[in-house]
Amino acid sequence: MTAIARTRTPRRPPSRYLRRWSGPVAWTAVVWIAAIAFFLPVLWMVLTAFKPESSAYSYPPRFTFSPTLAEFRAVFSRGIGPYLENSIFATVGSTIIVLALALPAAYALSVRPVAKWRDSLFFLISTKMLPIVAAIVPIYIVARDIHLLDNIYALVLLYGAMNLPIAVWMLRSFMLEVPSETLEAARIDGANLRQEIGRVITPIIAPGIAATALICVIFAWNEFFLAVNLTSTVAATVPVFLVGFITSEGLFWAQLSAAATVASVPIILIGWIAQRQLVRGLSMGALK
Amino acid sequence: MTVAEQQIARLPQRARPARDARGGRQRWVRRLPLLPALIYMIVITQIPFLVTLWYSLQNWNLLSSAKAKFTGLSNYGSVFTNSSYRSSLLVSVEMTAAAVIVSMLLAVALALLLNQKVLGRGIARTLLITPFLVMPVASALLWKTTMLDPTYGLVNWLLSPFGVNHVAWLSSHPLGSIVVVLIWRWTPFMTLIVLAGLQGQPLDVLEAARVDGAGPVMIFRRMTFPHLRPYIELGTLLGSIYIVNTFDEVYSMTSGGPGSITTNMPYYLYEQAFQAYNIGGAAALGVITVILTMIIATFALRLIAGVFRFEEAIT
Repeated sequence: MTAIARTRTPRRPPSRYLRRWSGPVAWTAVVWIAAIAFFLPVLWMVLTAFKPESSAYSYPPRFTFSPTLAEFRAVFSRGIGPYLENSIFATVGSTIIVLALALPAAYALSVRPVAKWRDSLFFLISTKMLPIVAAIVPIYIVARDIHLLDNIYALVLLYGAMNLPIAVWMLRSFMLEVPSETLEAARIDGANLRQEIGRVITPIIAPGIAATALICVIFAWNEFFLAVNLTSTVAATVPVFLVGFITSEGLFWAQLSAAATVASVPIILIGWIAQRQLVRGLSMGALK
Repeated sequence: MTVAEQQIARLPQRARPARDARGGRQRWVRRLPLLPALIYMIVITQIPFLVTLWYSLQNWNLLSSAKAKFTGLSNYGSVFTNSSYRSSLLVSVEMTAAAVIVSMLLAVALALLLNQKVLGRGIARTLLITPFLVMPVASALLWKTTMLDPTYGLVNWLLSPFGVNHVAWLSSHPLGSIVVVLIWRWTPFMTLIVLAGLQGQPLDVLEAARVDGAGPVMIFRRMTFPHLRPYIELGTLLGSIYIVNTFDEVYSMTSGGPGSITTNMPYYLYEQAFQAYNIGGAAALGVITVILTMIIATFALRLIAGVFRFEEAIT
């Protein structure tokens, strides 16, 4: 738009400034209106979390109020602590498993590929496309029979399987960017497989590994379906704590918002940090 | 030398000595790093599906003390004759189609806007992608309460200048409300994918078209859109695969109600398995759902293969 305007300006000198600036200003306005519209529910969540309960229920909605941390304290005294611990354990544990398995696998699918690497890659991604609801019945019954119901390790293992394909695809796309001369040099110097992955490739793609880990953290932290069906009291995670509000939400909007803020803000920050790599994760490494 | 190797040695391929014991070992050394990941995925994802297939052929209810009984395809028969299953299928299709189409249209518009020289573009993009990062259960619960509440909800207040007066969105437009929340959550995802496509557009070619006098509409129709097509398709298919599985919003906002207006396939299956404990029936539903998803997924896989070859050609 701007460039078009510029090519036409010589013919219409009076409107030159108008044309040059009206485009960008209009676009800026539209972009910001859209961005704020999408962000508004999140902003409202954070604002409501700092309100006293009585201000949360007011019409018209209140934008000014004296902020209080009372609802956050209420959330912790309601017992979000163990749920947070479970969520952190399931998220960190599954991400460690994912990285430990995905790094060598990505290596075997990119740097020194196995014979049918394409088939393996597509097998991995196809598992991601199968609906988890379809597998929940046997997962539930097997977990029950091997005493993994309401056990956080069940979630660790399942979240690992949920994120492993994404991690392999992402790490593979980062490994393809490692210059082959570097790898040649390492091999000539006599590096074995473990040294090649650990000492040569890993340091080069460290930012990529970090981004992959962050993506896995986002998905594991936000997962609800498996958590609600496989855990009850001991191993329940934060989303399960939140749906506990469904029975009583009529009275506790500010508290619900505070709990939702505690549950979401860490992941929002991580997502903001990893946003440049987000698209690579979402498209399984197909896009950069 | 083993017998097998002697036989191989006698074959005409003798000219290729690489296929000796060392070559085989080499291949296994190459495969070794891949094996743990593959085995892990097969054990955790493939075996449950096979077991689902087996359960789907049995009459098995966890509430009754009777043992599981092999009943052949009768569960499938009852799924297909059951009107609640058909209605949940329809709800899934409606929900997914509406959310995917609107999200994608918005995403193309937003991506085109974000690709302009805009003040504070980075911050605007950051705000825009945030809905995708919020815990879905948290956002669904807050949409249900602080946003869509008939009396105190922010949405009714924002719409009040337009003559909207304390609408009870979740009881008067339950499916529409869920679709709006899905659009809010998935538009950022699709925008990022379309934006990645836009930023991969060769600028010199666009500049050349401009110099040749092509207008913005012409450039979009003839150049940008064809270039974006694979990305739009990819976003649509990945979005469909994810949105078909929507569970969190239905569970937290409506529990499938009122009645069964918002009961989609995943939620119906959940009800069958965890409220009716009808294991056989839920398994049959699961198998059918897998088959339906596989149909979409086949297209998605083909597309990803295409995009991914294309990226490979660039690097």
